[in-house]
Amino acid sequence: MRNYEVTFIVDPVLSGEEIKTTAQTYSDMLKNAGAEIVHIDEMGLRTLAYPINKRNSGVYYCIEFKVPNGEIIDDLELALRRDERIMRFLSFKLDKFGIKYNEDKRAGKIGKAKRPKSKEKKDDRRDRRGGRRDNRDNRNRDNRDNRPAEPKKTEEAPAKEAPAATEEKKGEE
Amino acid sequence: MANRDDIKFLSNPKIGGQRKKYCRFRKYGIKYIDYKDADFLLSFVNEQGKILPRRITGNSLKYQRKVAAAVKRARHLALMPYVTDLLK
Repeated sequence: MRNYEVTFIVDPVLSGEEIKTTAQTYSDMLKNAGAEIVHIDEMGLRTLAYPINKRNSGVYYCIEFKVPNGEIIDDLELALRRDERIMRFLSFKLDKFGIKYNEDKRAGKIGKAKRPKSKEKKDDRRDRRGGRRDNRDNRNRDNRDNRPAEPKKTEEAPAKEAPAATEEKKGEE
Repeated sequence: MANRDDIKFLSNPKIGGQRKKYCRFRKYGIKYIDYKDADFLLSFVNEQGKILPRRITGNSLKYQRKVAAAVKRARHLALMPYVTDLLK
């Protein structure tokens, strides 16, 4: 038995029922061909990263199924290609890790266990970047320490102005 | 007398210390990279949506290939952009 996964984007212009029937036709087609549907994932309406067929959003469906051999894939892809309601599709053969991943995802393990991990990683990255920035700041500080002349000048300048101001005041008096 | 605290380094001694890069897939035992998880894949592309090299991500060759394939699949399905600007 081989596990496959076919993801496709349905045109969002169709009515809700039409979209459902579109997805249904393919699951029926697979069932009729002797496939065992493992799971149908309705990922729902999502905005596309780039426009396809002048549409900016699409309804995503992902069907995971088991078949004894891969002959059905050709027929499925041909049907998907001919279907005008389907904007894009991708069929994918799952390896054993992919099967396990999908099972875990359905069981809700990955959403909880893996997401925080990835977030941690992202946080790590941010920390790293932040660290770099901090280092840069430190460098600047060091430079300032090495060159104390410039800040002193700036300090002196207002000091000079201040007495002048007092003198002016005196003059006014 | 100069105390130990008064001694200042000319350069920050922590700057030079490079963190050793590692392959996160090997380290955390991730065997499968889902092409539908666009948020996760975003950590492997730059602001323009280009796949980052191994030299920066630290992935092992085996998983860098898988990441690249997953990113390309995600692009095909419009989960990720082919070309953009200011992605992050």
